[in-house]
Amino acid sequence: MSSKDQILKSIRNKIVPAADLPSIDQDWIQYEDPLAQFSEVLGMVGGAVEVVNGPEELAQKLAEIPAYSQAKKTVSCIAGLAGSVNLNDIEDPHDLEDIDYAVVPGEFAVAENGAVFVTDAKIRHRVIMFIPQHIALVIACPDGNVNDAVVSNMAQAYERLVWDSNHFGCFISGPSKTADIEQSLVIGAHGARSLHVFFLK
Amino acid sequence: MRVALFVPCYIDQLYPRVAMATLDLLEQVGMEVEFPKAQTCCGQPMLNSGCDRDAAPLAERFLEIFDGYDAIVAPSGSCVSMVKNHYNHLVHGDPRFESIRTKIYELCEFLVDIAKVESLPVKFPYVVGLHSSCHGLRELRLASDSELNAPEFNKPRQLLQMLEGIQLADLKRKDECCGFGGTFAVSEEAVSCTMGRDRIADHLQAGTQVLTAGDMSCLMHLAGLIQRDKKPISVMHIAEILAGYEVPQ
Amino acid sequence: MSAVKNYDHPTNADRFNQDQARTHWHDSSLWFIREKRDRMARSLPEWETLRATASQIKAHTVGKLADYLEEFERNATARGVKVHWAKDADEHNRIVLELLQKHNAKRIVKSKSMLTEECHLNPWLEKHGIEVVDTDLGERIVQLRQEPPSHIVMPAIHLKKEDVSDTFHEHLQTEQGNYDPNYLTESARQHLRQKFVQADVGITGVNFAIAETGGLVVCTNEGNADLGVSLPKVHIACMGIEKLIPRVEHLGIFLRLLARSATGQPITTYSSHFHGPVEGGELHIVLVDNGRSELMQSDDFRNSLKCIRCGACMNTCPVYRRSGGHSYAATVPGPIGSILNPLRDAKHHKSLPFACTLCGSCSDVCPVKINLHEQLLTLRSEVNHRKQLPMSKTFPMKLASWVFQRPGLYAWLGGIGKFFLRTMPRFLIYNALNPWGRNREMPAAPKESFRQMYAQRKKAKKNDPS
Repeated sequence: MSSKDQILKSIRNKIVPAADLPSIDQDWIQYEDPLAQFSEVLGMVGGAVEVVNGPEELAQKLAEIPAYSQAKKTVSCIAGLAGSVNLNDIEDPHDLEDIDYAVVPGEFAVAENGAVFVTDAKIRHRVIMFIPQHIALVIACPDGNVNDAVVSNMAQAYERLVWDSNHFGCFISGPSKTADIEQSLVIGAHGARSLHVFFLK
Repeated sequence: MRVALFVPCYIDQLYPRVAMATLDLLEQVGMEVEFPKAQTCCGQPMLNSGCDRDAAPLAERFLEIFDGYDAIVAPSGSCVSMVKNHYNHLVHGDPRFESIRTKIYELCEFLVDIAKVESLPVKFPYVVGLHSSCHGLRELRLASDSELNAPEFNKPRQLLQMLEGIQLADLKRKDECCGFGGTFAVSEEAVSCTMGRDRIADHLQAGTQVLTAGDMSCLMHLAGLIQRDKKPISVMHIAEILAGYEVPQ
Repeated sequence: MSAVKNYDHPTNADRFNQDQARTHWHDSSLWFIREKRDRMARSLPEWETLRATASQIKAHTVGKLADYLEEFERNATARGVKVHWAKDADEHNRIVLELLQKHNAKRIVKSKSMLTEECHLNPWLEKHGIEVVDTDLGERIVQLRQEPPSHIVMPAIHLKKEDVSDTFHEHLQTEQGNYDPNYLTESARQHLRQKFVQADVGITGVNFAIAETGGLVVCTNEGNADLGVSLPKVHIACMGIEKLIPRVEHLGIFLRLLARSATGQPITTYSSHFHGPVEGGELHIVLVDNGRSELMQSDDFRNSLKCIRCGACMNTCPVYRRSGGHSYAATVPGPIGSILNPLRDAKHHKSLPFACTLCGSCSDVCPVKINLHEQLLTLRSEVNHRKQLPMSKTFPMKLASWVFQRPGLYAWLGGIGKFFLRTMPRFLIYNALNPWGRNREMPAAPKESFRQMYAQRKKAKKNDPS
């Protein structure tokens, strides 16, 4: 008998009382001003938020960030914003090791925990979300309404997501961090040392 | 109301004043109290030591002795919880258990919920540190604990606040365990004493003059440390305070 | 690590408590996290509903685990994932080794996985000439020190920054005496970057596996899991079979509870969802039983399979905080470890169910509402039934029970006991045979018991009915 069959048999041999699946359609928290809540929580976890009108203002605000303006190698996955390295020209993701700053699209934000959902659906190398020294996530708000791009809670977040394809998806909440040395919070463990979220109107 | 007084064995032998205070309080609120003298021990030390088969005959005796009263009251959250929450494994469907389970009360719980006490004619001009004994807190829910996100309430505190001149100490950790834990106090002596000393330090910084709790077992452990370390705190069971007994010198 | 492992918790805890300053430091570090967790729990009005819902989803899943495992395998396979099944730790280790050998992999990066700790994967791979680097900072610290983790979420919580500095100075040639956590973390970042770039295969643990989609979720704060599996073409994910959840929407419950309970954060920095391998790459999932299916049998202990390994029970446990993770001599310490380890190996871990005051705090912080302290109580008798308790512990209880069944004898012995307690000289009461008296005074014995006082009171009332 295969290990699979042995494990399944061992499980099926046990008498376990049946329990119904509970409804997850409940009265979960709703914030009056989801953007304000998102900004507050993201600030708490070390990130920062800006609302910008168009790619020009995005470029302008990015230029005000020293990590961006001083970056030698940048990647942009945002239409209308140029980067010094074109992700689609890179064959081996290892070649992205020395990227200083990446600007990557985010899908939407979650108010309760300061997270932004990102996916590699339109990005050739998903490591670009993790390997740059610094990162900015840009969430498009096509109708100009920022609150359409912010859900209150994770239950609403999953309502927005479909998993038909094999794409990688990640909730990112702030820059990479650790508190493994005496509980001292240090920003910039392995991934991004800073994280900016832009809502692009 | 015909109330059976359930006196935990170590209170009977070592802290008779606590049982007497309980009796006084119950009579004060108009109860007809009896002390069934065949009672000894509820079996908790055995069960907590992994000896469920030695606890079972004591559970059987308990049902025999305490059957038929309107209520059973004890000055101990731990022993009440033993009967209420842990006898079901020991008495295997004994029909008396179901009724006893619903009629047994820890003293403060009984005074607040059943006797509906709203005032107590006692002056107690001291800073009192209330230790929330774990079994009363988390197994009987005599108060809300710091872990759950639920509305706040505290029955022992509610009673203490009825006393004239009392001041309640403000602790940094309002419901951490004292480290008694039954045989734990002896088998894990080192951790037990560190835990106890941490609680006492919290009470000292909060200005506690009289340390109290619903369980004398926690207090026996804490008093043992206080006495050895010569700390300026007196120890009284909550029944003694509520009954208007003097602070022991 | 000492050659002979001492499994006795009281002995290990006593040693830990010798250094009271350090014991208090350890206690405060963990209490700080417990308080952060409380603030997070209170920030959501639906906290208790979340816990109840999570608990019920897990109860449901355990009840249909075989079906969900098959559904998971079907859906993962359809996405191009290769699913492997391992009955025990040895089989798990063999599967991983074979995969690595097939790819001729010599350098591995691994993110935190308590399962691979449980299976002792690292020493096995090292024996076969493969370099395994733990990339979580805390795990890397203890790996360099050749120590096991002392906590499942914060593996190096027992170490001070001075200890870490010494370790890094020895292994990573950092500046001696530089204790700045920023400097030390930056040094580890540089060191581990090289390891990430050189790695042939990335191994991760799994926080949740979704039956409905065949996907996996891995949560980290450092981003080490993502870096570890985004550069190499091969990702091996190792998981216990209890990590399954039925539907992807259930993540909307569990991800809200996990980080809040674990570290008091609203969510981990990275919550990564893997569905299928990267283009041109491979994703292998190893499903491991290793005793888990046996736990399903018992009504008393089945609930422990709900555990999502957040570590909240450790942070709140007053005993764990004052005895340290290593005192449990097991991969998973603290309350949940004190259940899982003795059930697997009662002989070695028999002291763990007793390393607990039954205070119940663990049960109230547990995000999936495992009745931890009740299980610990039940487990004590279970350990006794398995004949693992010494006579010196069981005989006094047998004797006491016998006495307590005889109220006359009990009252008589009580009188004698109190007499001796009152009259005996101190040295006879306070000696090596009385652990109570080492740091504590005994209670002062009264002349009369309550039952004697009560009888007199009754008699007096009878004589003077007024």
